[in-house]
Amino acid sequence: MTREEIRKAIIDILADIAPDEDTSGLKDDVGLRDQLGLDSMDFLDIVMELRKRYNVEVPSPDYPQLATMTSCLNYLSPKMA
Amino acid sequence: MRLEPLNYDVIIIGAGMSGLGAGIRLAHYGKKVCILDRHYLWGGLNSFYRLKGYRFDVGLHAMTNYVPRGTRNAPLTKLLRQLRIDYDEFDLRPQSMSATWFPGKRLRYTNEFAFFENEVAENFPHQADRFRSLVKHVLAYDALDLSVPEFSARKAVAQYLSDPLLVEMLFCPLFFYGSAVENDMDFGQFVIMFKSIYCEGLARPPEGVRRVLKVLLDKYKSVGGELRMKTGVARLDVEGGQVRGVVLENGEVLQATKVISSAGYPETMRLLSDYVPGSEGETHGQLSFVESIDVLTKEPRELGYELTIQFFSTTETFHYQKPAEPVDVRSGVICCPNNFVYERPLETPMMRVTSLANYDRWAAMDAGDYPAEKTRWHARVLDEVVKIVPDFRPWVKFTDIFTPTTVRKFTSHVNGAVYGSPIKFKTGRTHLENLFLCGTDQGMLGIVGALLSGISMANMHVLQEA
Ligand SMILES: Cc1cc2nc3c(=O)[nH]c(=O)nc-3n(C[C@H](O)[C@H](O)[C@H](O)COP(=O)(O)OP(=O)(O)OC[C@H]3O[C@@H](n4cnc5c(N)ncnc54)[C@H](O)[C@@H]3O)c2cc1C
Repeated sequence: MTREEIRKAIIDILADIAPDEDTSGLKDDVGLRDQLGLDSMDFLDIVMELRKRYNVEVPSPDYPQLATMTSCLNYLSPKMA
Repeated sequence: MRLEPLNYDVIIIGAGMSGLGAGIRLAHYGKKVCILDRHYLWGGLNSFYRLKGYRFDVGLHAMTNYVPRGTRNAPLTKLLRQLRIDYDEFDLRPQSMSATWFPGKRLRYTNEFAFFENEVAENFPHQADRFRSLVKHVLAYDALDLSVPEFSARKAVAQYLSDPLLVEMLFCPLFFYGSAVENDMDFGQFVIMFKSIYCEGLARPPEGVRRVLKVLLDKYKSVGGELRMKTGVARLDVEGGQVRGVVLENGEVLQATKVISSAGYPETMRLLSDYVPGSEGETHGQLSFVESIDVLTKEPRELGYELTIQFFSTTETFHYQKPAEPVDVRSGVICCPNNFVYERPLETPMMRVTSLANYDRWAAMDAGDYPAEKTRWHARVLDEVVKIVPDFRPWVKFTDIFTPTTVRKFTSHVNGAVYGSPIKFKTGRTHLENLFLCGTDQGMLGIVGALLSGISMANMHVLQEA
């Protein structure tokens, strides 16, 4: 997947997890937690959905890599290439 | 030929709110899940039934924790997110106004917290600043931190408030809607209940709990979960520190990698094949209730009654404890399901009253005396209730009453203890490696609490592990 495709995949997951939040104008370098009001249960869901949809494993020590869109992309690009 | 026992990733005991919450999470993430329940209807303590053509809810007065769509960091929106349920599906309608009634004082609340703060300030002007400090402390407190040991909410609150009447009145609704302990509660639980009732608020779907359960059940089935009703668990076979087999009352044996039980702690321990009587310790809850539902020929509004829920005590000190008599008529909860903000009136006008009750006294009654005792105690309860609400007795056309023994019969909770064990098991772990608790005895009470409990136990013990 290209970086742009991965970005879209992440946004689809976020829109599913937090349907009442606006995912269209996400800033790449601001924490997802604050932008979308996510908590640790939601981050577990990002991980679970990545596994369910793309068979990508994110071990728990790596959860902090999902903090912003940019860090997600940097972290996931090699895994989802 | 012997059939191989059916094998599941997770078996959940109980199709109440917590079992359904856990089941949806697990099935959504591809786990092979089966929920088993002894009763023929789902919902547990919050089930529903039909009698003489009327539709009744077992438990539902109101859903606590009501917040508008999109509210961040609130239990209701969190659980909807986790279950992938849209906000509108529960069809919640806010209360109009509720109150706590004590001799000579009434504190009212709506779903706007500022209204309540003002109400406290007007009724207890000398406590207003202290109350604001308490609220600040409550809002800043992290009640979900599982590592904090329990401590007395009464002691904590006494550091802020000095008027005993205000203290009693603040605690009264929180006890009734969420304490398994007599006359006190854990401070963390106090914070959860305080926010859920005073800061957030109350709501109800026009169809009552049926609506909530339909949404949950449809969801559970749509993600591939299996549900077996009229399927009691008779025994959990234990070997080497693990549950190896789930033996049903019909003799069938199922297997599961993990078992999550919402039956309650002592109830679950008693199912273990190596159960030693008494080993469950002091985990038998003592608090139970009688609940009456009076169907009226007139809308309560037409009798001049506008409030949604009233918690009351006719004595200045509220006694939240197992009464010596079958029913404690001095206090209770009066709920009018018709007085939420709906577009059109509900089909049946009714008044519900909950009072503290003594399980042993009801269980010891002769089957022949039981119906008459129900009627007698109901009359005594209403004698008190009509001091607080307009006298609706002339308009009653049908009454149904349930007692602690009814709760016991339909939900299998020891002593008919609605809120379960006074000792809670917040991590959900047991001494067996693959057996976990959710719901009432994990420590999260009420509909929203039980759902969140199921969700978080499924997350913690199954999904995060993988
Ligand atoms: C009168 C009353 C009024 C209430 N009012 C409200 C209210 O207005 N608002 C609110 O939020 N909450 C209310 N509650 C509280 C709320 O109903 C409970 O806190 C919540 O439903 C508990 O859910 P649970 O899943 O933990 O347990 P339960 O609902 O008790 O579920 C446990 C299930 O396990 C099943 N089970 C037990 N043993 C076995 C076995 N061996 N084999 C198979 N199945 C078994 C039982 O049949 C039951 O269905 C009320 C409760 C009562 C009784």
